Amino acid sequence: MSASLFIEQLLNGVQFGVMLFLISAGLTLVFGIMNLINLAHGALYMTGAFLAAAFIKITGNFFLAAVLAMALTALTGAAMEWIVLRKFYGRDHLDQVLATFGLILVFNDLVRLIWGVVPVQLRLPGPFSGSVPLMLDVQYPAFRLLILAVGLLVALGLYLVVVHTRIGMWIRAGASNRPMASALGVDVGLVFSLVFAAGAALAGLAGLMAGAISSVQVGMGEPVLILALVVTVIGGIGSIRGAFIAALMIGIVDTFGRVLLPPALGSMVIFMLMAVILAFRPKGLFPVHA
Amino acid sequence: MPDISKHAASPPAAVLAASWPILVLLAALALVPALSAAVDNPFLIRLFTRVVIFAIVAAALNFVLGFGALVSLMHAAFFGIGAYVVAIFAFHDFDGSPLWIFPGTSNLAVTIPLAVVLTGLAAALTGVVSLRTSGAYFIMITLAFNQMLFYFFVALQKYGGDDGLQILSNLDFAGLNISKRVTFFYVSLGVLAASLLFFGRLVNSRFGVILRAAAQNERRVIALGISPLRYKLAAFVISGAVTGLAGALWATGQQFVSPSDLSWVRSADFVVMAVLGGMARVWGPVLGALVIVLLEALLPGLTLYWQLPFGLIVILIVVYLQGGLADLFGKMRPAAGGGH
Repeated sequence: MSASLFIEQLLNGVQFGVMLFLISAGLTLVFGIMNLINLAHGALYMTGAFLAAAFIKITGNFFLAAVLAMALTALTGAAMEWIVLRKFYGRDHLDQVLATFGLILVFNDLVRLIWGVVPVQLRLPGPFSGSVPLMLDVQYPAFRLLILAVGLLVALGLYLVVVHTRIGMWIRAGASNRPMASALGVDVGLVFSLVFAAGAALAGLAGLMAGAISSVQVGMGEPVLILALVVTVIGGIGSIRGAFIAALMIGIVDTFGRVLLPPALGSMVIFMLMAVILAFRPKGLFPVHA
Repeated sequence: MPDISKHAASPPAAVLAASWPILVLLAALALVPALSAAVDNPFLIRLFTRVVIFAIVAAALNFVLGFGALVSLMHAAFFGIGAYVVAIFAFHDFDGSPLWIFPGTSNLAVTIPLAVVLTGLAAALTGVVSLRTSGAYFIMITLAFNQMLFYFFVALQKYGGDDGLQILSNLDFAGLNISKRVTFFYVSLGVLAASLLFFGRLVNSRFGVILRAAAQNERRVIALGISPLRYKLAAFVISGAVTGLAGALWATGQQFVSPSDLSWVRSADFVVMAVLGGMARVWGPVLGALVIVLLEALLPGLTLYWQLPFGLIVILIVVYLQGGLADLFGKMRPAAGGGH
């Protein structure tokens, strides 16, 4: 593998990794705080992408559309939590899996009803539609660099919020011991609703960015959801730091696996990585619950 | 080890009394070919073959789900492995090329047992990793393994990749002409009846008692000096192997397999069948399979957007129908303590 190809693939891997992180961040916190498996998190990813497509058509501005889409995806997430998921906090995981599976089917058909079955292409914002020379002979799509930068900035922002603010302290307290945090006066329900809406917005952001480099279509959230679950499990449920490290690891290993290994093996390599990690650390790399 | 088996055994008369609904249902299913001939609609027999095969999977899944509290989202993968074993050997038989050092074959007397063994092996390998974890981790890991095997078969370009693999040779079962729809239906129904009998006996055996006890309170079982992991793994392998058997039947009946047979949505479908039918009974999932397969066949005829009502039905089932349809025939306490 030549140096330029290596750098290009490494960038692809990191870019895929930060995207996975955006999806996993909400998933792992929702899980950590409320002990809720939300399979429908991928539906929010899809919703974000479709809303962005719609807003681009209306406003003609990619960035304005992205902000609007994130806001509306957050609202959709809040509604989902309010109407359905709230009923399932005390229930066992099996019920949660089934209810959120039902939600996926409902979301897929709603999107099909509203936008049809034909995949939608998002037009890239002007300045980011071309490629930029990185060094010597490496050309790299500008939009992918933008995704990389946005992903890293969001990760940094999340880190600052979770580690250095009061609400972040509540989130960590809720994730590590919900009854205790609640006994100490944290309104865990409110914190959770905020986390859920924020997680939805991040999933929507990931969806619209992914939609811009491939296409926006029904069912796009499901394969990504499963990768996000792998990230969550490897990182340790409830751990933002774990999710970040695991997401980068999965992004890079998956990208290089597909380049270097035969296809049948390359597509399986991240799952094998998960199996190996869990064989040694059944609670993931950074377990939050003691 | 303490002998706890004698607490488990129920008198045969009681078992018979408790399972009359399934005997009636199996008898009704046995009449389907006659009905299909009477109304001259061969689609009926195809539809109910699907019901029967999915019922085998739902029952096999429920052995670990309802009695072992193991929420597996990878049973579609076991189903697919069983199906692909039959299809791949038939492919090599038709092609004339060897599979590594083995000749291809269309003899189901060879490939069906092989499908069962290989699926059991896959269940053992994935079970060893996933059963070390519990609860939510177990659910997510089985889902990930399901996806892994899905991508594996998608990547096998030689066997059709994404498009799937058509079985072009004539499958036979030691001389029995299995390609006749009616014969195949009765073979499948026989396998379903045998599976139910097998799981019914297993659940009430010493092995089944330990499995159920571990599902309710793992710590107590350990305190009794029993290591639950071995029992869970054995149960997972048995459940996977029977699912592989159903998959082998599926490939035989359809003459076709594709990666979509392993889709994780189908895994979730199987769980819905078990839960809807009722997890507390061995035969409950058969009811679930019947209702879900019929719904999935009828709804698309009514509306293009059939997944919307189907999804709502799934959510309503979870919210309101805790004991499943089998509870309509008398309430029963859950055999295992849910998904925790």
